Parts: sequence; C-alpha cells; structure tokens
Amino acid sequence: MVNGINLLLQFLDSFAFIVLAAIGLAIIFGMMDVINLAHGEFIMIGAYGTTMTYNAGAPLPVAIAAGVAVTTVAGLVLERTIIHRLYDRPLDSMVATWALGLALTQAARILFGNSLNSIGIPLGAISYGQFSYSLYRVLLAGVAIAVLVAAYLVFTRTEFGVRARATIQDPETAAAMGVETGRMYTITFAIGSALAGLAGALYAPTMSVVPGMGSSFLVEAFVAVVTGGTSVLLGTTLAGGVLGSVDALLSNLYGTFVGQIGLLIVAVAILRFLPTGLSGVVETVRERRERDAA
Amino acid sequence: MSDDGVSRRRFLAGGAALAGATVAGCSGDSAAGTSTGAGGTVKLGVLEDQSGNFALVGSPKHKASLLAIEEINNDGGIMGQEIEYFDPDPQSDNQRYKELTRRMIQQENVDALWAGYSSATRETIRPTIDREDQLYFYTTQYEGGVCDKNVFAVGPTARQQLGSVLPYLVSEYGPKIYTIAADYNFGQLSADWVKVLADENDAEVVDEEFIPLSNSQFGSTINRIQEADPDFVMSMLVGANHTSFYEQKASAGLDVPIGTSTAMAQGYEHRRLNPPAMANIYAGVNYMEEVPTDRNTGDGGFVDRYYEMWPDAPYLNEEAENNYFSIYMYKKAVEQAGTFEQSEVVEALESGITYEAPEAPEGESIRLDPETHHVDHHMWVMKADDQHNVSAVEDEVIPETFLTETVGCDLTSEDEETQYTPQDYFEEAG
Repeated sequence: MVNGINLLLQFLDSFAFIVLAAIGLAIIFGMMDVINLAHGEFIMIGAYGTTMTYNAGAPLPVAIAAGVAVTTVAGLVLERTIIHRLYDRPLDSMVATWALGLALTQAARILFGNSLNSIGIPLGAISYGQFSYSLYRVLLAGVAIAVLVAAYLVFTRTEFGVRARATIQDPETAAAMGVETGRMYTITFAIGSALAGLAGALYAPTMSVVPGMGSSFLVEAFVAVVTGGTSVLLGTTLAGGVLGSVDALLSNLYGTFVGQIGLLIVAVAILRFLPTGLSGVVETVRERRERDAA
Repeated sequence: MSDDGVSRRRFLAGGAALAGATVAGCSGDSAAGTSTGAGGTVKLGVLEDQSGNFALVGSPKHKASLLAIEEINNDGGIMGQEIEYFDPDPQSDNQRYKELTRRMIQQENVDALWAGYSSATRETIRPTIDREDQLYFYTTQYEGGVCDKNVFAVGPTARQQLGSVLPYLVSEYGPKIYTIAADYNFGQLSADWVKVLADENDAEVVDEEFIPLSNSQFGSTINRIQEADPDFVMSMLVGANHTSFYEQKASAGLDVPIGTSTAMAQGYEHRRLNPPAMANIYAGVNYMEEVPTDRNTGDGGFVDRYYEMWPDAPYLNEEAENNYFSIYMYKKAVEQAGTFEQSEVVEALESGITYEAPEAPEGESIRLDPETHHVDHHMWVMKADDQHNVSAVEDEVIPETFLTETVGCDLTSEDEETQYTPQDYFEEAG
C-alpha cells in the first residue's frame, strides 16, 4: 500500500536530486551549447571542497559555501584554459570535457586518496507512524526551489541576465551592441560550475565521498536536461516534477530498480512524442495562446 | 600499445604512490623485484587494483601481498630462491586484466598468479587461466561455487560468510529477514543463499530488493524496510554508491539490526563514515583488522607488521589477509613439492595444506580443502557499536560445504572448470 506522506517526501527528495543534479549542466548546455561531460566531476569537486573544509573544523554551512567557491574557481580556470577554445565545436568539446572528467577523477585519487571521511547527515529525522524520513533531504527540496527562483531572477531581472540571453540568441548583434560576449560565456560557465558544485556540496553529507562519486548524478542530470528541452529553467523544473513523480511512485511501489527503469522509459517516451521536450510543449501552447489573443 | 604508453602509465602510478606517501618503507620496486641471478628464480604475479573503482578495496590486497613477499625474502625466500614479483596496476579495468593476465603467463612466465577483486574480473580472466593451466589464487570473498582445477578460491564464500552471521541474528533478534542486495550476479546469488540459510534456520525472507550499482539514493528503500518491519536486514550492498545507504538509514532513524557479508571488512565503512551510521551492524567475515587473535592484534602481530611496512595505509581488510596467507600456503606447497613446477605445486596444495593465518586463534590453523580448492575458514561475527567500535560476538570454524556436500566437487579425481550456483541445487533459491 502506498503511504501518502511517504510518497510526498519521496517526491520532494527525487525532485531535489534531479533539479540540483541537472541545473548546472542545463545552464551550460542551454546557454552555451557545450555538453559538459565533466559535469559529474564538477559535482565531485564541490563535495570534496565541502568535506575537506568541514573536516578541517568549519561548520557545515561554511563548508558548503567553500565547496561552491572551489568549484566556481575550478570552472573559471578550466573555461579560460580549455573550454573557451571549443565554443561552436560541440563534438570536440564533448571529447575534451570527457577527458577532463577522467583527469579530474584520477587527480582527486592521487591527491586525496581513495575516499574521504564522511560528514554525517545533519538534522535528524521526522517520524510519522511506523515510518521516518531524513529532515535534511526534505530541506534540500526547499533549496532546489530557491535555486530555481534565484536563477530565474538572475537571468530575467538583471542586466547580466539580459546580456547573457542576448549573447545566446545572437552573439554578433549582441557584440555589435557592446556586449562583451566572451565575458558573458565565462560568467555563464562559472555559474553553471557553481551550481554543479552546490549539488556536490549539498549531497556530500549524504553520500560516500570518493573520486568517482559524480557518476551517480549523471543519469538523472542528463535525462532531466534532455527531457526538459530548450528552455533551461522551465525545462529543468518540469523535468524535476515529472521525472520526480514517476521515480517516487514507482520506487515506492516496486523498489529502486523499477523506479530507475520507469525514469528512463518516460524519458524515451518524451523524446519520441515530444521532440522539443517538456518546455517545448509549454512554449508551443503559450505561443498559440498569444497568437489567438492577437 | 607502445612502450611509451606503458612507461607513462607507470609514471602516473608512481606519482600516485608518491603523492600518497605510501612508498615509505617499501623496498620493492614497483615494476619488478630483483632477480637473485641464480639458476632458477620464482616469480609471482600480483594483479590488484591500485587505481580506479576498486582501488579502495584492492590496494590493501596489493600491500599485504608485498608484505608477505618481503617477509619471505627476508627469511631466505622459497627453497633458497628470492621471490621476484610482477605487479602492474590493472586499474580496475577488466580489459586490462585480460591483457595483463596473458602477459603474466606468456611473457613473464609467472609461477603463480594472484589477481582480481570482483567476480566479474575473475570470470573475465578464467578462460585464459584455464587455457594456459596457470596456477591462480582468487582471494576475494565471493558468491561461491567455482570448482576449477587451476583456481584456488581461498576467500570465504557466501555460504560461509552468511552462514556465520545469519544464524546468529536469527537467534538474537528473530526470524523475519529483509534482504537488500546489489543488482548483479554476486548480489543475486548472495540473496539466494540468504533464502537457503533462512530455510535451514527456520527463518523467513519477507521481502527482498535489488539495488542498481549506480544508485546512491535510498529514501524509498528505507521506507519499504520500515513498512515490512523485519527483525533484521541482510545487506549485500556493494561499492561506493551503496555505502550511502548506511548514512541515509541512520539519518532517517532506521535502527533495525543489519547483517552483512560486504560492509566493514572490505571497505572499512566504520572508519570512513561518521558514527552512528554503522551502529548495530554485524559482519560475517573470516578477517578484518579488529579480529582479536594474538597473531593479528598482538605485539608484533600481522597488524603491527602491516603498518610498519605501510605506515600511511588506511586499513587492513579481509582480502588483504587472504592474499597474505595464500602466499604463505604457496610457499609451503612448493617446499613440500620440492619444485616450482606448477602441476606438482597444485598436487602439494591438494595435500591438505594448513597455515597459522592471522584469522585463526592461537593453536589453530586454517586448512585448504584438497577436493574443492577452498578454505575451511575460521569465521567471525563482528559487531559495530554506536561509536563504531568493532568487537567479536561469535566465532567458529565453518567449512565450505556447498561444493563438498551439495555439488560433490572433487578436483583431486576430476579435472573441472565449472562454476555452480545454488539454483541448481536448492528449491528455495529458485
């Protein structure tokens, strides 16, 4: 039997995981057309920064901020040295970022060994009947929503956001209007890196912190970006909602394995029947309505 | 592959070792030991993962092998011959295992080979081993059932590991069992063994869940366990992603006792995770660093010698001891045979060789079973408390009975190369 509270909490849990895993990848892919195959390793950097800062004695919120900062800097350095040479070369950038991912994993192993001592999950549990759920994981759903809102505000309400979107839509015109497009790309990449780092930082206490940990975010991240479609924030939100519901319902009823299979089947179905993704459907509907109104 | 590629990899591996400062006190050259220059030499192949996914659990095996080799060499070698060894890093990559195994046998002409962590690796190289009739030691705890003339599977099997911890938990907590296991052949077969053992101990598996190896989120699994409300959980989760389960169940307040054949003894989760993630977890193992025998934790014992050679090593795990004692068993067999000739060494290994392994208490030794090439281990039930202190709650010798009694494998009279599974013999496992 399905317990309603279980289902709700698992939905929030899945939603948070999908959104946080995907948002950095979605921004870098959606805004810059770079498929960052080192996304998992950026997440790993965030987790390592957080765990090492925490183990050095800092409180968890400070450690999370440090993890995000480290990943942002790493993203900036890699963008300036490697990634920026590969804009407009999507296949080359895939190969390069994939190699980068391998190198980062092995570098973490060489520098810091095979695993780090864990932080431990803070905040305890909420109990209801015979069940209980980790409070921290519920809190992550709140963080995921806050991240989506913040990203929305940054990209729609700030001057940077307007320039960044102008750069994406028409780089030449934007440049002609005085936008430094190179700088826009660099900053966008840094924001994407920071959000990947945030995912790693937030999930570091809940996971085993090892060099290859990034790979466990990849399925959800890539599936969410692909099913989300062209509009970055709307797509990520919708993908988190739809895929999170499917995952929560199926894994509650039949276990984790069926939940993951369900996730992939839904992704295939979306790609087959809604080739522009979830956000594409919403935008089509919106355009039609605007046309009808006019 | 060009020589250049190989040497650059070596360079990286060397860098890894240096960065970890793990080479301190190590006299062995990473590429190969030194030859005595005398007429015959003995050469051992050691293929254990020092990088990649299995590095965490594989590098203690590598280190303990080198400890055994150094001890034997300091003590005059085997029949007066210093041991040479060849130990390239297979990097947790089965394709590399395949190439390196071929190279070990055809170019390096190793006299005996220790190789591989996972069952998948063993099955990748076993055809090569069998084609070349190479003497091979597989030392990881595993699902059991390999009856192969060339293979000495000296780690404990699922029947031995689960057979130590499951009956103990049934008598302590009750008969309702919930199984969670990794979703591949090891986990599936182990779950079958839980059903067989539950049946033998008048217990019942109320539900089971198989978790994909890539999964690291356990919210729904925890809820499903709470709903089933078992007396205890049997966990055969594997790998870094699955380790997250223990932290997540502690944080969610799930405090049901857990029996396991995979946690703590291999990946030392009780050292890596914050307490109380591993509280109330019972591991059925033949060895872990905390096994309280004089040979192990006593002054100058196995643990002391290991950390003297490898001061920065994080842990001494179950499989490390298996590599260690099996190298000594090999030495005993060679000395008994009076030759390094592999077929004669195999014959000597099939004569009921025993060794005073660190897992066995004073006055006891463990015995290599001639018919099955498995070991009658001294098994321990080790419990972690809420501070992650580990202590022994039960111990006994458990022979490997699946191959001897159920299958009837007898390698001394019949030359076989088969792996048997419990489904072939037990209705409950179906």
